[in-house]
Amino acid sequence: MIRFDRVSVTYDGAASPVLRDVNLDIDEGELCLVIGHTGSGKSTLLGAVNGLVPHFTGGTLAGRVTVGGRDTARFRPRELADVAGGVGQDPQAGFVTDTVEEELAFTMEQLAVDPAAMRTRLEETLDLFGLAGLRQRALSALSGGQQQRVAIGAALTAHPRVLVLDEPTSALDPASAEDVLAAITRLVHDLGVTVMLAEHRLERVLPYADRAVYLPGDGTVTAGDPAAVLARARPGPPVAELGRLAGWEPLPLSVRDARRRAPALRARLPDPPPVVHHVSRNRPGASPAVDARGIVVRYGSLVAVRGASLALYPGEVTALMGRNGSGKSSLLWAIQGAGQRAAGTVRAGGAPAGGAGTGGARADPAALAPAAARRLVGLVPQTPADLLYLDTVDAELSQADKDARPGAGPNGAAGARADGEPGAEADGAVGAAAHARVGGVPGGAADGVPGGSRPSREILDEIAPGIPPDAHPRDLSAGQQLALVLAIQLTAAPAAILLDEPTRGLDYQAKAGLTAALDRLAGRGHAIVVATHDVEFAARSCDRVVVMAEGEIITDGPAAAVLTASPTFAPQVAKILAPLPYLTVPQVAAALGQVAAR
Amino acid sequence: MSPPAGRPGPLRALGGRRLPRALHPVAWWLWAIALATAASRTSNPLLLLMIFAVLGFVVAMRRTEAPWARGYRFYLLMALTVIVIRVAFRVVFETGVNPGDHVLFALPRLPTPGWYSGVQIGGPVSLEAVLSAVLDGARLACLLCCIGAANTLANPKRALRVLPGALYELGTAVTVALSVAPQLVESVQRVRRARRLRGGGGRGPRALRAIAVPVLHDALERSLRLAAAMDARGYGRTGPATRASRRLTGLLMLGGLAGLCLGAYGLLGAGVPAGVGLGGFAAGAALCLGALVLGGRRVSRSRYRPDPWRWPEWAVVGSGAVSAIVLSLGAGYDPAALNPSLYPLSWPALPVLPALAILVAALAAVAAPPPPAGPGRPGPEEAPVPAPQAAVAALPGATR
Repeated sequence: MIRFDRVSVTYDGAASPVLRDVNLDIDEGELCLVIGHTGSGKSTLLGAVNGLVPHFTGGTLAGRVTVGGRDTARFRPRELADVAGGVGQDPQAGFVTDTVEEELAFTMEQLAVDPAAMRTRLEETLDLFGLAGLRQRALSALSGGQQQRVAIGAALTAHPRVLVLDEPTSALDPASAEDVLAAITRLVHDLGVTVMLAEHRLERVLPYADRAVYLPGDGTVTAGDPAAVLARARPGPPVAELGRLAGWEPLPLSVRDARRRAPALRARLPDPPPVVHHVSRNRPGASPAVDARGIVVRYGSLVAVRGASLALYPGEVTALMGRNGSGKSSLLWAIQGAGQRAAGTVRAGGAPAGGAGTGGARADPAALAPAAARRLVGLVPQTPADLLYLDTVDAELSQADKDARPGAGPNGAAGARADGEPGAEADGAVGAAAHARVGGVPGGAADGVPGGSRPSREILDEIAPGIPPDAHPRDLSAGQQLALVLAIQLTAAPAAILLDEPTRGLDYQAKAGLTAALDRLAGRGHAIVVATHDVEFAARSCDRVVVMAEGEIITDGPAAAVLTASPTFAPQVAKILAPLPYLTVPQVAAALGQVAAR
Repeated sequence: MSPPAGRPGPLRALGGRRLPRALHPVAWWLWAIALATAASRTSNPLLLLMIFAVLGFVVAMRRTEAPWARGYRFYLLMALTVIVIRVAFRVVFETGVNPGDHVLFALPRLPTPGWYSGVQIGGPVSLEAVLSAVLDGARLACLLCCIGAANTLANPKRALRVLPGALYELGTAVTVALSVAPQLVESVQRVRRARRLRGGGGRGPRALRAIAVPVLHDALERSLRLAAAMDARGYGRTGPATRASRRLTGLLMLGGLAGLCLGAYGLLGAGVPAGVGLGGFAAGAALCLGALVLGGRRVSRSRYRPDPWRWPEWAVVGSGAVSAIVLSLGAGYDPAALNPSLYPLSWPALPVLPALAILVAALAAVAAPPPPAGPGRPGPEEAPVPAPQAAVAALPGATR
């Protein structure tokens, strides 16, 4: 169905080709999963299938790509629309019309499908994707999962034989992602559509894949049976990593596969686990870095956050979970003070340094100037690039240093206020207080978080080493951009740092980097909140999990307890090893190591 | 919607039994252009106010709850700005005072060099000068509001779909441009909010850069993604066309547009003989039509549930046309009443026939069917919820 014959793609001005001598044959009705790190050429490979590479992106394509017998070099994407449909990462960016119905009809209109046939096909597609109740709805009013289903449906109304999906579920919460994947598998199984799918979160898609294509990043491509390909792709999803650890051959792809082989492993593992899933930097007895109570956020008649209370402690990493639209972002923005807040109080930073309440300087960030508020609570927004406006990474960093300098805001006497003198304004005391609290952490004490004294470059190199100083911030990968913005926010040395969906679009490597960075920050005494859908990430990085629904906090507890309590929120390792309360592969590895040592 | 049983006559339809549907977008545009034509013929403040009132009334009666339909007040604000700027310029750049003028106040005069004597800054400001600036501004504002009303009443994207096949590529460009505007607003809001996170204020050149750069990057990226998506979905597919036929189409089109411009100038401008205007218009229209037919041959596509063109469309267009024709012809009333003189200063008279003609345009509010309720503003109870998986899972049996 899809055939790559010695294909190389070189973008204009690039030193080396993105794809090099790729030979690939994908049969009719296959679900083919494309695996690779950011920048390894996944999107290029997918774009070559529906002709966007090189017709739309530019660059040179050598060799031959044929789709359903048509050579993509001779047919432009629009002329391939009836054999190959494509959907990108952000469905909203591809919408041409306003309502579900019109959007589904758009492709058919372009292909001059007969009006009567169009009408029936559209009704069928509405049913196939469970969109019938939404047909008149404005596209902008749909949830992410619904939008993605509309986008896939719109490509499918043309009855293409190939569907190319570039990270269709990366921005969705687990339940919506399941909906979309269910729709995709139904396409493959019921209609025999050939689907090529790129996805970072392999754990979701692997069980459904017939074949995997791995791009190691040097331009070559390996294709084959998913289990065999996965053995070469590292790091992989937890289920595969666990299989590797336990020496299972071939590697299991789904929780079911793994669970059937797990009894022997379970028998070897001690219960309770001898090591925790994540070493907490939380210091018991410390007073909260941020204490938010009764937060209400409303937009018109919509109540986004309904009286949520949340206390964040220094050194603690908290995962904020919940489906899209459950109020996570609104809560974070309200706590930072930059977002809207209809009711509730926030007291941040400036806890009494000496222990028992001598009335330290604490303040509501919303009541302070932005420059002062960010010294109490730093927020990395969902689209970190919104904060970047200079031409080079270096310029951004030096600007950040300038902004964080004491002269830039009322932060002059940071150290002097460490004793928490009554009446002192909050901003200055934060760093010092946090510093005092982390005093006992080995290695973390000397360079704690006193009043923004660390240069941003140093922070950035610690979070993500090797970002070239003269690179344009927009050219960085999603993970590097996130690291840059995090470093910029950290120059202000906030007592608490909030990250809004940082794991979106990150590959396993970048996520591991983020986990390590957050761990170090926690060690320095920052209180950290990560809003995320990624259960695996939460299991590896967080001490505490807070779950929101409909604007309310419905669960708040230690990660080990919350993540093993419900099947939806359980990480793969927990599902495989239940009832043993293990959460992550390193935790299992450490436990096995201890068993062996004994 | 099932086809209507029999043909519901206008009278029965007006009896409140009409099914809600969207009026053909072209009908709204023609109606608005007709009103704009009428507005451009007059500087009588009473007539201009009536046109404003008619626009407001029809918009209030027949707009939907869709996102694009909520922007009328922005057009009003823009119109007000136009008037204010016009008056401010007239006050600052003094244009001379006639002997009989009522001088309101005098600004200090700035001396200008001799070679620049055409423009004088400061000096006495007369009531007449201010009034004429207000009227000029109001006329311009009225045109602006006509465009605004059309945009509010007709879904601009749907209006684009009506473009003849030959104008497809143009349509692509406009669609991309149209989708950028609202996204730009959303991005500006997002970036401004995010700017606070970096401790920045909302003012000054640095803030401007800090907001403009991410917003423009964002807009560019989104537009490219949209264009790619549209391409991948077959937008702009063309049938076989020879080079010669393409050239002929282009030539016809250019000639036709030139004719249309000439004709429009002749019809709207006062100093050109009416024959030249009409002739140019007709010739231009014919050439354009030829080009469109020729160009349209190579485009093959179909339309999903096309907007029908029935009597309400005719009625709406007709109601607008009446005002345009009456104000353009200048017959049946004193043409001077359309542009009352400011010398001597007096309360303008309201010419009866033009006033009635403008009121006729308001009938569009009744002639147009009520707009459909969806995709309306979602009530809190129907806020987006992911479809239950059970509903999706139950389907395979039903689909094949």
